[in-house]
Amino acid sequence: MKVEDIVRILDAKIFAGEEQLSLDLNSACGADLMSDVMAFVKDRVVLLTGLMNPQALRTADLLDIKVVVFVRGKKPTADLVEMAKEMGMTLMTTKYSMFLACGRLYEAGLRGGGVRGID
Amino acid sequence: MDFSAAGKASTEAKRFLARLGLDQNLVKRIAIAMYEGEMNIAIHGGGGSAELEISTDKVEILFQDKGPGIADLELAMTEGYSTASEEVRSMGFGAGMGMPNMKRNADSMIVDSEPGAGTRISLMFNLSKTGPER
Repeated sequence: MKVEDIVRILDAKIFAGEEQLSLDLNSACGADLMSDVMAFVKDRVVLLTGLMNPQALRTADLLDIKVVVFVRGKKPTADLVEMAKEMGMTLMTTKYSMFLACGRLYEAGLRGGGVRGID
Repeated sequence: MDFSAAGKASTEAKRFLARLGLDQNLVKRIAIAMYEGEMNIAIHGGGGSAELEISTDKVEILFQDKGPGIADLELAMTEGYSTASEEVRSMGFGAGMGMPNMKRNADSMIVDSEPGAGTRISLMFNLSKTGPER
């Protein structure tokens, strides 16, 4: 699924990284806890989060995640937009909640996600 | 508590290691483990240091803080267990995955901590083998 498809499906507004619209992604991680994100490592990931602070972007950057979607209509601050640009990251905001945003992407065919066993 | 700079050192270390041409998977493992350690120092340690040493066959990171120490190491290593405050959780941390994530990504992890005496954590990453696939 391309970034431009995600923008369309989530009816999202882009704040940084418009040049990556044709980037192809195959998995998604929806989390507000960054250590959970770090326990989830896949390639070509879009991160959906309600957490809007520098650590959310740093976590994504450390994991080579190039696309971050803020859910529930949260708009990134100017500092975060600047930080995303420096990191070469696409930032967008969707009006949908975490549940609905993840559901819409899953329904549209973005199915890759981390599954871990229960000990 | 000021968290704005927490994670910056790990971001810089990751760029540095990538420039050295190390395996991408290894760089990611080191970056994740270092970030978790850095956040732990900010959250629990009240500040501290992380020293990164690179040699021909390994990368070592030594974290030191003067925080309250770890009362029960076994619990601290349990996924989902956290003593972080609500304030820390509201910032996206305190999932109880920090130390387990460090252990999962490093080739070896040594924790030296006592209540009241701070914490030292030493991580080692082998350069000679690719390590666990993530």
